[in-house]
Amino acid sequence: MSRVNDHAEPADTEGGRVAGASAEFDPVEAGGASAGAGAAGSDAVGTGARASETRAGTGAAAGAAPAPAARPPHGSRPAHAPASGPGNVAAAEAAPAGGVREGSVAAPARQGGGSTGRPPGKEARGRRSGRARVRRGASGASPLVSGGWTPWLYLAPALVVLGGLLVYPIYQLGLISFFQYTQAQVSGGEPTTFEGFGNYAELFGDPQFWQVLLATVLFATACVVSTLAVGCALAVLLTRVRALPRLALMLAALGAWATPAVTGSTVWLFLFDPDFGPVNRMLGLGDHSWTYGRLSAFFLVLLEVVWCSFPFVMVTVYAGIRAVPGEVLEAASLDGASQWRIWRSVLAPMLRPILVVVTIQSIIWDFKVFTQIYVMTNGGGIAGQNLVLNVYAYQQAFASSQYGLGSAIGVVMLLILLAVTLVYLRLLRRQGEEL
Amino acid sequence: MKLSVRFAGLTALAALLATACAPQTSSNSSSDKDEKTGTLRVWLFQEVGNAPKEKVVDSVVAGFEKAHKGTKVDVEYIPVDTRAQRVKAAFNDPASAPDVMEYGNTDTAGHVKDGGLLDVTKEFGDWSEAKDTDPTARQSVTVDGKLYGAPFYVGVRALYYRTDVFEELGLSVPKTMDELASAAREIRAAKPELYGLVVGGAYTYGAMPFVWANGGEIASGKGGSYASGIDSPEARKGIKAYTSLFGDDNCPAAKCAGMGGNDTISAFAAGKAGMAIGGDFSHTAVEAGKVKGKYAVVPLPGVKSGSIAPAFAGGNNIGVLKSTSHRTLAVELMEQLASKKTQSELFEAMGFLPTFTDVRQQVARQEPFVKPFVRTLSAGTKFVPASPAWAQIDSSLVLPTMFQEVISGKKDVTKASEDAAKKMNAAFGSAG
Repeated sequence: MSRVNDHAEPADTEGGRVAGASAEFDPVEAGGASAGAGAAGSDAVGTGARASETRAGTGAAAGAAPAPAARPPHGSRPAHAPASGPGNVAAAEAAPAGGVREGSVAAPARQGGGSTGRPPGKEARGRRSGRARVRRGASGASPLVSGGWTPWLYLAPALVVLGGLLVYPIYQLGLISFFQYTQAQVSGGEPTTFEGFGNYAELFGDPQFWQVLLATVLFATACVVSTLAVGCALAVLLTRVRALPRLALMLAALGAWATPAVTGSTVWLFLFDPDFGPVNRMLGLGDHSWTYGRLSAFFLVLLEVVWCSFPFVMVTVYAGIRAVPGEVLEAASLDGASQWRIWRSVLAPMLRPILVVVTIQSIIWDFKVFTQIYVMTNGGGIAGQNLVLNVYAYQQAFASSQYGLGSAIGVVMLLILLAVTLVYLRLLRRQGEEL
Repeated sequence: MKLSVRFAGLTALAALLATACAPQTSSNSSSDKDEKTGTLRVWLFQEVGNAPKEKVVDSVVAGFEKAHKGTKVDVEYIPVDTRAQRVKAAFNDPASAPDVMEYGNTDTAGHVKDGGLLDVTKEFGDWSEAKDTDPTARQSVTVDGKLYGAPFYVGVRALYYRTDVFEELGLSVPKTMDELASAAREIRAAKPELYGLVVGGAYTYGAMPFVWANGGEIASGKGGSYASGIDSPEARKGIKAYTSLFGDDNCPAAKCAGMGGNDTISAFAAGKAGMAIGGDFSHTAVEAGKVKGKYAVVPLPGVKSGSIAPAFAGGNNIGVLKSTSHRTLAVELMEQLASKKTQSELFEAMGFLPTFTDVRQQVARQEPFVKPFVRTLSAGTKFVPASPAWAQIDSSLVLPTMFQEVISGKKDVTKASEDAAKKMNAAFGSAG
């Protein structure tokens, strides 16, 4: 238990600053820096208890001046600590950062940071906290499992899955985008050559890419706005109608949601078919072709995209509205607020976290739309007028096995989506919303 | 201190990048082994109604196994739709690759570049039956003067027309391309519910005969140095001839610009068109449609009266994979699968047109339906550039885009063909 104490002790000086800094940094660092922290943490995991001892020792070494108070426990080897300086420091820093999640190491660290200049009080609190931790350890798995690597143990399954399914593919994507990598290279017909930014240069030098990018952004924006408008409107409607119509609307929406994109696209195409489609007959348009003009083709695809993605928005927002206390809505209507006013001033602010999620989801989905365009405009429309980025990537790169170029397009798309999402989150944070 | 974590992370990442030399590559080197016994694996395409094909192949295989003691032949039929992925996988993992495989003839150059096919120039030259192979078919297995397989069958397109409509309107079968266009317009004028000649903006192989008949070429050159010819004056004439068929007086652009080959055949089979350009392989589809018994086929007329427009010689080949460990046996099996005897049996079973001129004449005598197709073939056919870049040009829709740009009025013939030529040359340049 004194270990925690020792760690907290040099807080007055450098060690405490570090601990405090990394604890504060945790929410941001937890995801982004996991690679670096993981590398540093592995040191701690490998050597188990000894690592935490040296950590304490290092803390003392860093604290330097108030060393007498540090009292290395269990005869730790102080000589070892200065020798392996930076590595252990890294471990010492990574450990409390991870420890915040577990909740045992973080507490003293914060106290250490906050109680600068009041050693006695801090010491007492440190001891209390240390006891609490031991108790917890005893009631938990094993008292031996302690120190900085426990949280990593708990996180390990998630990290392994994330690393395998997310980090590794993205790493490969990035790697391949720097190579001349076609089918000939994959199957060993020709050597793989490093191209640097050659693939990117080729991509950015293609005027069609910029044209397609612009079309994609505009099309995705239109899709997101329409999807959210339709989804939210119907979600509000759901709360206003009786059980039977509600059930019918729910079933219809779920049916649309469950329809595979290829099937949905084919059906919509048939509805608007110039020769056999019922829409033209109903509107009396004769044999007007919806897919011939650029805008009308995009409009047709937009209808399908909205149709198959509004149910997600509707169901999620509906669930959110249901969770809003009835009194609030009642109070609003007693005050004479209109439906629109209730939505704008009561529901929307209360639903903001949900709206954020569905907006980001919609942005990502609609930016990546492929099937609808591919099926409905027959692979990009007349003379490629309806190409969006994903279909363009498929045609330019993957259909002809130019994996290097395709990866470059993938990386560009990834960066754009990340940037859009981050900017959006930031805007929300500015408005004082914690996420 | 915080920096040091970052630094350590970055250093680790940099080290990882430096040591991870490159993305994966398979060691698809040619095998030195030439075993005389063991199992030979064969991949053939799974056709619609595959049973008759299997029967023919089974008899070839039985004969082969009998002649070579201790060998076993394992035939697998792979779906045509996903063949590209299967073939790529086979090239990537020689251990699970077949010894002998069927492949589309436009893929030849690509497969060779990928390093998957075995050079069989010598064996093909020694093969007694090879001398009767028709030159275009031979060209479809040739890359840079070397042969990479044996032609299996060919597919070619000709003009389908409605005998009842022609009779009713008193039209005669068109003998030139101009007559073709005017006949098409007459049909449309008299029967507005029909397309005259149904054409498609995305139907490259239906459009190319117009370019070829006018003396144009997709590309010219040899091996590594192809140059696009699609912007030549002759080619432009052909593009103009084809795109002028799109319009309210024949095939409205709004509907026809997006059509591909199958769409035009569907329209014809459903009785919505007076004429269509279809292949010998479209026969079944048309027979199954409304127009059964009310149509006939003639070769697509050329520019001059009585001439035939050069058609695209599609079809499949059979090749040996470089990674085979049974080189001699595999080549022999390839020859037997592509032999005259097998091809004429396959014609009877599946309607595949043989690649040997003499066999083809013989089957044309038996089956009058194939006569116009055989005549088209003997009049001379054309083939796509034997360049690995063709796969890229094809999949990035360079030619359909060009036709559609002209049809929809986005660009004129000169500009559209110039842009297409630019894109093609870029592909030829990068893919070699």
